[in-house]
Amino acid sequence: MTQPNAKLHPGLNLGHHHGEAHNQAETVVFGFWVFLMSDLILFGLTFASYITLANNMGMASGPTPADIIDLVNVFAQTVLLLVSSLTFGVASLTMRHKMPAKVTIAWLGLSLVLGLAFLGLAALDFLNMANQGAVPSRSGYLSGLWSLVGLHAVHVTAGCFWIMIMIAQIAVLGLHPIVKSRVLRLGLFWHFLDIVWIGIFSIVYLGGLL
Amino acid sequence: MSGEAQTSWLGRLNIDSLSIWRAIENPSVSEFVGAGAALVAIFGGIGALVLITWLRAWGTLWRDWLTSTDHKKIGVMYCVLALVMLLRGVIEGVVMRTQQAFGMGGGFLAPEHFSELFSTHGTIMIFFVAMPFIIGITNYVMPLQLGARDMSFPVLNQISLALTATGAALVMISLVLGEFATGGWTNYPPYTGKDFQPGPGPDYWIWAIVLSGLGTTLTGINFAVTLYKERAPGMTLFRMPIFCWTVLCASIVMIFALPPLTLAALMLAADRYLDFHFFTNDLGGNMMNYVNLFWLFGHPEVYLLVIPAYGVFSEVVPTFSGKRLYGYNSMVYATMAIAVLSFCVWLHHFFTMGQSANVNIAFGIASMAIAVPTGVKIYNWVATMYRARIRMTVPMIYATGFFFLFTIGGLTGVMLANPVISYQVHNTLFLVAHFHNVLIPGVLFGIFAGYHFWFPKVFGFRLEERWGKRAACLWVVGFCFTFLPLYALGLMGMPRRSVMWDDPAFQPFMWLALVGALTILSAVTALGIQLWVSVRNRAATACPLGDPWNGRTLEWSIPSPPPPYNFAQVPQVRTRDDFTDAKATGRAYQPLSAYEDIEMPRNTAIGMIVLIGSTLLGLALIFWIWWLAIVSVGVMLTALIGRTFWLNTTYTIPAEEIARDHQAWLAEVHAAQRITRAEETQAANRGRAALELPQGVSV
Repeated sequence: MTQPNAKLHPGLNLGHHHGEAHNQAETVVFGFWVFLMSDLILFGLTFASYITLANNMGMASGPTPADIIDLVNVFAQTVLLLVSSLTFGVASLTMRHKMPAKVTIAWLGLSLVLGLAFLGLAALDFLNMANQGAVPSRSGYLSGLWSLVGLHAVHVTAGCFWIMIMIAQIAVLGLHPIVKSRVLRLGLFWHFLDIVWIGIFSIVYLGGLL
Repeated sequence: MSGEAQTSWLGRLNIDSLSIWRAIENPSVSEFVGAGAALVAIFGGIGALVLITWLRAWGTLWRDWLTSTDHKKIGVMYCVLALVMLLRGVIEGVVMRTQQAFGMGGGFLAPEHFSELFSTHGTIMIFFVAMPFIIGITNYVMPLQLGARDMSFPVLNQISLALTATGAALVMISLVLGEFATGGWTNYPPYTGKDFQPGPGPDYWIWAIVLSGLGTTLTGINFAVTLYKERAPGMTLFRMPIFCWTVLCASIVMIFALPPLTLAALMLAADRYLDFHFFTNDLGGNMMNYVNLFWLFGHPEVYLLVIPAYGVFSEVVPTFSGKRLYGYNSMVYATMAIAVLSFCVWLHHFFTMGQSANVNIAFGIASMAIAVPTGVKIYNWVATMYRARIRMTVPMIYATGFFFLFTIGGLTGVMLANPVISYQVHNTLFLVAHFHNVLIPGVLFGIFAGYHFWFPKVFGFRLEERWGKRAACLWVVGFCFTFLPLYALGLMGMPRRSVMWDDPAFQPFMWLALVGALTILSAVTALGIQLWVSVRNRAATACPLGDPWNGRTLEWSIPSPPPPYNFAQVPQVRTRDDFTDAKATGRAYQPLSAYEDIEMPRNTAIGMIVLIGSTLLGLALIFWIWWLAIVSVGVMLTALIGRTFWLNTTYTIPAEEIARDHQAWLAEVHAAQRITRAEETQAANRGRAALELPQGVSV
């Protein structure tokens, strides 16, 4: 029926050489894409709300973007998150090419460290804003900013926990078919958060400073 | 957090939260009505527990239902939940109509109590009656129509049900503890913000909506993936029964339209709990964002509900007309067109909120455009019935009521889509009449038609016809009396949601509407009697062979009730209305050459853990019991993550067992008398239909 090398779902496939694991991944990975579409709507509307609040009325004579944006920190966050996406891509490839589980764990671990570093810098940024009085209760604009960046940070936190769980599962269960498909889905999630972050970086930070 | 100091380990929960205590402290008719409802909720709950214990049914309930991952069991549980909530919703409606009938200069309810009533009535009817009923019927029927063994994600399905039930439980608990929001089912801020409603009311709404909305989003994903990935071989998209197409459209709406609601509710929660300023009057908030977000969900939502109801009618009408559906392709495109247009019209819910006339015109035209594909559908159904030998069974009575009444509702919708008229009747009872006119004859009649149509598939016996016909007629009449007068009242200028009024000209219409409400109450009673009578006489109406109506689609090709694995062998589909074709060409009821072991998902308690955990989480958030919130989230996360380490999630049904059951059923089918449609409602109908086709038609 299907070609031996046909892709069963969008994105990186495990490939025919993974046998049943490849076939079993079809439905769940497709389902996860659908979930991401729904999640993207959530982000899209959070962006839209932010944009309607990022004006003089929404700032309510409070802090403006120029007062609170620390572009150096945000740029460092961007680099960390993008590199973590790269390292996660390598982790997925090591799995696809059936390299030893240790190697996959190592690349996943590196992505985790980068993700945690991103969260650390994000927390620092939030702390600095709070110290300047730029808290969400100050204005609609700040509510929008904190909720949009915060929603992304919550997602990254969930992603970090998920990486930890997957490392534990590879260690305990080995690269069982269901574990492999979970790593595939985690990969989609992690790269998705990158794309959202590029939106945040462009609209909230660069757009705010314009 | 915000405001009051809290010392108790129960947060802001105290003796004054008990509605019964409030009635004792400040006796009044209004408080007694509230306390009475609380007592009904408490004794209803206790009564159910006692009954289960008395029947010694806890083991069965736990093993066969609560922990089941079978899409059929989950579907039935959704419907039971919806029926229970329907009772409360209808009673609230009757109480409101009574209040308004006596409302000239007063009435017997306090204004806040009346506000709570219309808020819970709307919330319940949309989120905990219409949605779970539609989702329940879909859960049951859709995989059977596709020739699938189950949904794509059976455990996720169970969790979705748990989250929906959580929302319903929170709304029920609000009768006893605290009070519900008074801001209507739309719960618009800033009125529902903490400045104006600091109590737990809006928080009940928020967490009931957020938790059940999450469940519905997951359901949408599950439905869509099942439709794309679990169809039997040969079941191409354009061979799917129309019901499945409508579910596909509805699930796309669930996936894309529920996030705006979840987000709006969470932003309102951020305003209330964390002092954010999304929708406040001061410090840069903008309440228009809420209204936009809410209706970005709210309008697609009504199509989410009515599109599957169209699907039910598209199954019922051809079956009881004995003909194939007229205009299958146009039906599919019309359904898709409605689903797409449903995202382009949300602004017609607030023409009067101050955007420019051009914007209003654009949305007005888009709203009117929806009448076109809907009209196509009505003509298709009517053309299907043209020159058919129609059997006026209960589902067909509902369908007939639907055609006439829904068309009226649709036409008043076109009127409201005109911004000029909308300005005149904005916020009057005209609007209330309109949306009840589409939701009751559209969604609810569709649900009841589906309930009567598929009941014998689910339980293996037919519902009693006589009481069914009485109930259907009472619904049609009751609807007309209750809601058609409201059009007149709306045109006379009576605002909606009014606890009292002072124009004597309203009085006659109010009496009529009260008569209608009591008729609807008797319709619900008739449904209850019908169920009771049907269960008692189930031996006489048994149809275990599976095809009582000379059905056309795959779900009728298997025994009633179907085995857990649905199909002994996954069917090979050759055409649309495949089962009719199979009966005509002799493919139906053929013995299988070989049977295979079938792997099915095991039972799991995860849904119950989520149900209890998220209900406690909801209560903890509503009453600021922070330790409980942390504990319940911790327990749920531990259970959900812990489960992923468990790989042994399926069990195998051996081929011998399947062969034995299947062959026994086949033997019974072949021995059974073939029933003509004239004998359809008689005891002789055990579910083996004689094939009857229109003259001169091969299939």
